[in-house]
Amino acid sequence: MTHDAAFIHAEQTGLSFDGRSLSLREVSFSMCRGEFVSIVGPSGCGKSTLLRLIAGLRSPSQGTLTVDGHVPGGAQTRTAFVFQEPNLLPWRTVRGNVGLPLELDRRTANAAAETDAKITQAIRLVGLNADDDGKRPRQLSGGMRMRVSLARALVIEPEIMLLDEPFAALDDILRQQLNEELQRIWWQRRWTGLFVTHNVAEAVFLSQRVLIMSRSPGTLIGDVSVPFAFPREPALRASSEFAKLTGEVSALLRRAAEDAA
Amino acid sequence: MTPSAGRHRKNLRELLLQIAGPLVVLLLIGGVWQGCVAAFDLKPFLLPRPLKVLDAATGNAAKIASATGRTAFAAVGGFLASLAAGTLIACGFSQSRLVRTSCYPYAIFLQTVPIVAIAPLIITWFGSGFRSVVIVAFIISLFPIITNATAGMLAIDPDLSDLFRLHRASRLQIWLKLRLPNSVPHILTGARTSSGLAVIGSIVGEFFAGYGTDNYGLGYLILQTSNQLRTAELFACVIASTLLGIAIFASMSVINATILRRWYDA
Repeated sequence: MTHDAAFIHAEQTGLSFDGRSLSLREVSFSMCRGEFVSIVGPSGCGKSTLLRLIAGLRSPSQGTLTVDGHVPGGAQTRTAFVFQEPNLLPWRTVRGNVGLPLELDRRTANAAAETDAKITQAIRLVGLNADDDGKRPRQLSGGMRMRVSLARALVIEPEIMLLDEPFAALDDILRQQLNEELQRIWWQRRWTGLFVTHNVAEAVFLSQRVLIMSRSPGTLIGDVSVPFAFPREPALRASSEFAKLTGEVSALLRRAAEDAA
Repeated sequence: MTPSAGRHRKNLRELLLQIAGPLVVLLLIGGVWQGCVAAFDLKPFLLPRPLKVLDAATGNAAKIASATGRTAFAAVGGFLASLAAGTLIACGFSQSRLVRTSCYPYAIFLQTVPIVAIAPLIITWFGSGFRSVVIVAFIISLFPIITNATAGMLAIDPDLSDLFRLHRASRLQIWLKLRLPNSVPHILTGARTSSGLAVIGSIVGEFFAGYGTDNYGLGYLILQTSNQLRTAELFACVIASTLLGIAIFASMSVINATILRRWYDA
């Protein structure tokens, strides 16, 4: 694993809408290539905004933010985004939805056979079967739709994967299953992952580091490293070390919510 | 009895209710109508008896059927033209706010201008006959397509918009792969309204422009039978135009449901 010091680097990064109300203030942090980091914080603190800055969908109004030494959103880095809602196109089949990013981005334009193989691989990677290929989103359960959404992100073989509370709407068991699979896929592929969530246990289970954000306008107030070895087993959640660490992060998070009140 | 047989029986009863109910009301209305004409001794040119209307309908069946076909042809022509033109105009509207705010008032003009008032103008420009009838049907059915299609092209989930931007989609790709398909349910809703309006449009058009050929439609036939006080025949024409409207509206509803059922729940 290459550990170049700062693959994603934010320094005093801030964003204000219409030059007045601040939604993000003085965020500074670095991530190595291939690292998986979660961000937790109170509602509306700017976690999602931070992901959109890294995706290049918005530009910071203060400070600097670089991805692999460049301004985000350029052609240099393959970035995938998974939204809170699966956001599938209802008129497309599973294959059609997963293949969408390959159709749109001319840089990833390949021979049809290669594209087909990539789509199939992404669909199998998230645990969907061949008989799901031709189904439309309305025929799928909530969990399956989210799997398709994950496959749509994975199909471009991303270097950076940004996940904005993707499992928030799912029930707890399904969320745990998808966490385990996401962790397995990351362990295989080693993209750089940034995962936003409200759920502390999810953040600890998935990541190597958990960043904690303050209330809005959010800034980083904590950086807890998670020492458990990969690949992680479901049984980890029942261990006392896991409980101790989630307790620690929860306490920081509670302080974040109460501070500056 | 299996559950499925039970369900079939229930469906059958539902269907019977839906057909038999209105049929009973129709017979009742016919009975009262017939009774009133007899009781008050109304002149046939004021209100013919229902059976007279039936006679007029069967006696002139070929003529009325050909006129109905002609009107339907004009209505469908005008409707299809408005579907294509309305979608294209909506495409322009959805591309820029400037275009939208500048042009929308003139689109509303289509909605508010009384079609009866501009029909003579259309004949002045395009002459009497089939072409003008289609143009009247086109104008009256254009507005619902424009508004619904524009709304559909603009009602894009911001996350999907972000997804397309993230993957560097071109303007054309965003339009073809996101805005246009996203607007299909909206366009279909507009099309259902428009299809009904197109029938009205073609009949109004025929009032003014339908005398250009021997091959006339319902509007012209209504005008002619009314002028000549052939009221029973007039009634038959009115009923034919109503049935035509229902038929076109119903086929649009079926097309709607067939397309949308594949994409959305219920």
